[in-house]
Amino acid sequence: MRASLSLRAGLVSALLLLAFLTVWHVAVGGTAKTEAMDPEYAALMGASATTGKSAMPGPLDVAVTIWRHLKDPFYDRGPNDKGLGIQLAYSVGRVALGYLFAVLVAIPIGFLIGMSPLMSRALDPYIQVLKPVSPLAWMPLALYTIKDSGLSAIFVIFICSLWPMLINTAFGVASTRREWLNVARTLEVGPLRRAFTVILPAAAPTILTGMRISIGIAWLVIVAAEMLVGGTGIGYFVWNEWNNLSITNVITSILVIGLVGMVLDQLLARAQRLVTFPE
Amino acid sequence: MATLLPFRSAPTPPGLPMADDKYLSIEGIARRYPAPGGGSTTVFENLWLPMRRGEFVCMIGHSGCGKTTVLNILAGLEAPSEGVVIADGREITGPSLDRAVIFQGHALLPWRTVLGNVAYAVSSRWRSAPRAEVEERARRAIATVGLAGAEHKRPAELSGGMKQRVGIARALAIDPKMLLMDEPFSALDALTRGTLQDEVRRICVETGQTVFMITHDVDEAIYLADRIVLMTNGPQAKVAEIVENPLPADRDRAALHHAPGYYALRNHLIDFLVTRSRTFRDDPPAGYDPRHPPVVRPTLSDADATAIAAARRA
Repeated sequence: MRASLSLRAGLVSALLLLAFLTVWHVAVGGTAKTEAMDPEYAALMGASATTGKSAMPGPLDVAVTIWRHLKDPFYDRGPNDKGLGIQLAYSVGRVALGYLFAVLVAIPIGFLIGMSPLMSRALDPYIQVLKPVSPLAWMPLALYTIKDSGLSAIFVIFICSLWPMLINTAFGVASTRREWLNVARTLEVGPLRRAFTVILPAAAPTILTGMRISIGIAWLVIVAAEMLVGGTGIGYFVWNEWNNLSITNVITSILVIGLVGMVLDQLLARAQRLVTFPE
Repeated sequence: MATLLPFRSAPTPPGLPMADDKYLSIEGIARRYPAPGGGSTTVFENLWLPMRRGEFVCMIGHSGCGKTTVLNILAGLEAPSEGVVIADGREITGPSLDRAVIFQGHALLPWRTVLGNVAYAVSSRWRSAPRAEVEERARRAIATVGLAGAEHKRPAELSGGMKQRVGIARALAIDPKMLLMDEPFSALDALTRGTLQDEVRRICVETGQTVFMITHDVDEAIYLADRIVLMTNGPQAKVAEIVENPLPADRDRAALHHAPGYYALRNHLIDFLVTRSRTFRDDPPAGYDPRHPPVVRPTLSDADATAIAAARRA
C-alpha cells in the first residue's frame, strides 16, 4: 500500500506539472491586436508590439535556455556574462563561509547561554532586539566598516544564520534531561567531558534543527544581498537578467535557486537524522 | 588487564567480625525548603541511621517523607540543610564513584548502545584504561545481569525490565562500595519486577554489596532487606524505627509466605504504613530518641521458632 501511495502521488505530481506547462504554453502562445505603424518605428518596437506576440517566454523557450546553461555552465565572458555554474558557485561559497562563521560563533555561545542561567538572562535582551532585524539592514553598516562588498555579503549571511542556531543551541543545552546530567555527576565526569559526551549528544537534534532553519534563511538572504552588492552570484545574475529583460533567464534562475535550496536543506536533514536518537 | 580484573573482589565471609564494619552513617540530617510567605518547610529532620558493610537496607515510607531526597543526599547529588553523612570515614561532599546510583527511570543515554552505556561508566572510573579492557569489563557486567547478546542494542529497542538491567549493570561495572537504588522496579510489571528482584538479591548476596534502597513495596522490602527503615509521614519526617528482618538469608521467593515469621513481619510493616506512620509524629512512644531509633525484631511465635531451629539443624 505504501509503494502504491508514493506511485499515485508521483503520478498526480507529473499530471499537475503537465497541466501547468500546457496552460503556460497556451497562455503565452496567442497574439494580441496590433496597430498599424510606421515600419521604421516598428523596427524599434520589437515583436510584441508589431506581431502581438506575448513578451512572456513559453515553457519551450525556458527549456532551451536551461539546456544552453547546462551545456556550458562555467563560461566566463567578462563581468556581465558568466555561466550560471560560476554564479551559483559564488553564491554557495558566500553562504558556506558566512554560515560556517555563524556555526563557530553560535554553538559555543549557545552552550554558554544554555548552561549558565546568568548569561542566559544577561544576553537575552540583546538577542531579542537583534534577532528581528532584517539582515539586509546591516548591509550599509557592513559596507561602511568592511569596505568590501563580497565580505559584506558574507557578513550579512553570518548575521542572519546566527540567531536560529544560537537560540536552538541554548534551548537544546538547557533542556538536557536532569537524569542524564545526574548520571554524569555520579560517575564524576568532568565538565569538559560532560559537555561533549552528555550535553552535546542530547542537544544535537535541537542544534541541527536550528542549523537547518539557518541554512534556509541564509539561502533566502544571499539572493537579496547579491542584488544589492552586485558583481557576481546568482542574486546579481537575476537582477542583471532583469535589466537585460531576459525573462527566460530570470525564470531559469528561480528554478535553479529553488533546486539548490532544496539540496542544502536535504543535506542538513540527513545530518539531523544521523544525530537523532529514539527514546 | 591487571588494573580492571578480577571483576570483583571476594566478599567478606559472613559472620566474620570486622574492625570497622560501619560503612555509612547518617548523622542528624535535615532538609528544609523556604516556604512561601517566609519561614521554612521541613521535609525531614534529625535523621540518624548507621549502616554496616554488606548490609541491604530498605527505606519505606509514604510519598512526601523525603525518601528520594535522603537517597540523593547519600549519592551526593543534593546537600542536606543540616547534619552530615559519613561514608567510609569521610563526610560526603559530592557524588562519588564509590556510591553507584540505580535511577528510578533507568536514566540510560539513549544515543549509546547497551555496551556504550556501561562502557561509559567503566571509562569514567578507569580513565586511562585501554578501550579493549573497558569493553571487556562492560561485557562482563552485562553478562552478570543476563543481557549477553544485547550489547549492541540501543535503549529504545529494549523492554523496561531490560533497560533497568542495563542500569544495574552500569552500577555494578564500576565496582562501587555501595549501591543506591531509588524505587528501581516501580515502573515494571509484576512479573518482570519479581525476576529482577531475584537477580538483584542473587548479585548482592554473591558479591556482599552494601545496598540502600527506597521502595513503596512491603513485599519487596521483606524479600530483599536485612533491615527495613520505617519513615514517618512528612513534613518533619523521622526514622520511626528500624525493623530487623527475621527471615533467613537463603530466602526463596516462592516459599517466602510460608517462612516462619513472615506474617508477623508483614503485619508489622503494614500496620505501620496504615496507621502508625501518621500518628507517630504527634504521639511518639515513651523514650523515643531520634538519634537511636528503636530496633524492632517482630516476634516469632513458638511454632515459628521451632521451625527455624529445625531448618537450621537440617
